[in-house]
Amino acid sequence: MPDLPLALQFAWLIPALPFAAFIAVGLGVSPLSKRAAGLVATLAVAAAALCAWLVAWEYYGLYPPDAAHPAIVVWSFEWLPYDAGLSASAGVLLDPIAVLLLVVVTTVSALIHVYSIGYMGGDPGYGRFFTYMNLFTFSMLGLVVAPNIIQMYVCWELVGLSSFLLIGFYYSKPEAVAAAKKAFIVTRFADLGFLIGILLLGFHGHASFAELAPAIAPEAAAQGVANLQAFDFHYLTHPEVLARLQAASVPFLGLSLLTLAMVLVFMGAAGKSAMFPLHIWLPDAMEGPTPVSALIHAATMVVAGVYLVARLMPAFAASGDALAVVMGVGVFTSLFAAVIAVTQDDIKRILAFSTLSQIGYMMLALGVCSPAHPLGYTAGMFHLATHAFFKALLFLCAGAVIHAVHSNNIWDMGGLARKMPITHAAFLAATLAIAGVWPFAGFFSKDEILLAAFSSGHTAVFAAALLVAGLTAFYMFRLYFVTFWGGHRGPHAAHAREAPAVMWVPLAALAAVSAVAGFVPIGSFVSWGEAHEVPHCIDLRIAIPATAIALLGFALAWRLYARDGAGAARAAAALGILYRTIKRKFYVDEAYLAVTKGFIFPYIARPIAWFDRHAVDGGVDLAGWITRTTGRLCRRLQTGQVQTYGVWFVGGILFVLLLLWAALA
Amino acid sequence: MLEFLAAHKPGHVEWLLLSATLFAIGLYGVLTRRNAVGILISVELMLNSAALNFVVFNRFVAPAACDGQITAIFVIAVAAAEVVVGMAIFVALFRHRGTIDVNRMNTMKD
Repeated sequence: MPDLPLALQFAWLIPALPFAAFIAVGLGVSPLSKRAAGLVATLAVAAAALCAWLVAWEYYGLYPPDAAHPAIVVWSFEWLPYDAGLSASAGVLLDPIAVLLLVVVTTVSALIHVYSIGYMGGDPGYGRFFTYMNLFTFSMLGLVVAPNIIQMYVCWELVGLSSFLLIGFYYSKPEAVAAAKKAFIVTRFADLGFLIGILLLGFHGHASFAELAPAIAPEAAAQGVANLQAFDFHYLTHPEVLARLQAASVPFLGLSLLTLAMVLVFMGAAGKSAMFPLHIWLPDAMEGPTPVSALIHAATMVVAGVYLVARLMPAFAASGDALAVVMGVGVFTSLFAAVIAVTQDDIKRILAFSTLSQIGYMMLALGVCSPAHPLGYTAGMFHLATHAFFKALLFLCAGAVIHAVHSNNIWDMGGLARKMPITHAAFLAATLAIAGVWPFAGFFSKDEILLAAFSSGHTAVFAAALLVAGLTAFYMFRLYFVTFWGGHRGPHAAHAREAPAVMWVPLAALAAVSAVAGFVPIGSFVSWGEAHEVPHCIDLRIAIPATAIALLGFALAWRLYARDGAGAARAAAALGILYRTIKRKFYVDEAYLAVTKGFIFPYIARPIAWFDRHAVDGGVDLAGWITRTTGRLCRRLQTGQVQTYGVWFVGGILFVLLLLWAALA
Repeated sequence: MLEFLAAHKPGHVEWLLLSATLFAIGLYGVLTRRNAVGILISVELMLNSAALNFVVFNRFVAPAACDGQITAIFVIAVAAAEVVVGMAIFVALFRHRGTIDVNRMNTMKD
């Protein structure tokens, strides 16, 4: 595109900086100086954050708020030429959600990098940690700016890889290794669906490409797509293409091709965003270092699924049924995870289930979205942004607390409010934000989601979301009271100390953002479809019941946990088997184990392993055996005796002479 | 007897056959002997067969010249020098290893 502001032309620097730092820190800096490794990594991400803010400034300078916000490709090159007329480019696409995510990811990542300098200090894997963190940041940014679905998929797998590496960061701990493998296998399984979805879209999109592209190409070229391809989002989300795909049917349950492809794509999104029933990896992923949990498993990577749905929103909306799946899964997961979070004892697992619940919230916001009621899109992305800040803050506070008391169990904590005043204040701000208390950020984004559900006529979804809001307030205040109030329970709680400045400064920064981010008039910046009215004022029909139910949750938590938790134990005993079922997370893990151990291992994995060990490995061994035997036979010729060679030499001469004689005679 | 020999003077074919036989005997010795001295002696046989060839061709092809004979003498001198060097090596080897069996000169193998 000509005449772009300089900041947009150089938007590729945002993913490139962490990538350069990844290479530099991993290969050069970290072996030389650990101290420098942390600094270089942090500076690179901070510079990327600066670029991201500049890009946001310039983008909204080019397309002012409240106007149309096209998706522009500011930089691209041909990356994977498959065939004549079929290639995938790599580049940078900017539209409101990409800009929003760029700002959120780089800012949160930079703050967490600063925090990690303190948190990981003294760890033997310090350099490795920052290398992986930079790899993750690069992959996530590459995913965010992807102008086509191929780049998105590649970066999608790269964030999965960095997640795997960072969950298994403490690789000498068997639980961490098991959790890393679990996360990788579950998300890879989900990505299989994503890949099949991409192939379906790509194949059928390409089939009608020659026919439809001439009409779409000029429009796309005006937005910076020089060489339109079937994988480009500009092509895949064009109404005519979608209509064509929707009209094509597949011989499977009478679905339209588009619905099938989008449901498969959503399977990938559900795996990465840990939606039910693929959520099982996320609670275990908390085995990784706490900054990793904050960055990858709370703020950024796990919302990649939400981002993917938002990116392909026109396709989901055109399908309709696929969007209903998104909504159903979102509603169920948010309720399911919130219920589990009430009973957990591990501080990071409570936050993990809370993350599941909140991502379910975003999914349901996108799910209630439709061309007639596009508010859900804005609300989902708004909640994504605010959630990234306050959930990262919660995790970082949890990390500071864990650092102080050397335990993850909330019943080993207690009375930390006086010992760690700054952490306490930051945690309280984040708790108020996630519980949805005015004027904290969560209040605004959650209300917008509730409003989107209510105004689009999904009353049942609205009721479920309201219930989840109450549960969220309850379990978050339970966590808050048990951790920070009451007496010191654990052996280390009595002499816990405040975290060092390098750790609490990011906490304070995130707390400040969590407090004020709600006042951003997000509707002017992020919207879908035609420009429409987004209410900037608070809708009292929603705000009053939402606040009331949050206060109810708070009051219940206060009643049960503010002093000693004895009332809670009685309540748990009264619930009996229901409590135990919830505490064991509805036995989903056990069900997975039963299926894998009872069916997949003996009937699928073992025969394949046998085939691999005997047929495949046998073939390899055979090749080796043939080579070795031939060698052994040939070796006899090489005696090392000149006389033997002499015999061969004389024999050879005689043979040649014989030939000559035969030829001349 | 003398008459017989005078009547049947050996021609170039007979001389060359003699030379070839000597050469073959030498070659056989070189390829089969275990003792290094034996090999050296066999090499001498082969050298002598070559020298004989020179003399025979000198006699039958260009009787007026004497190039072949000179070369033969030259070969004998070189062979003598070679024997001196070879025997010196064998003596050194024998002192060092207690044997001059060529089958056991295999320290460079493997």
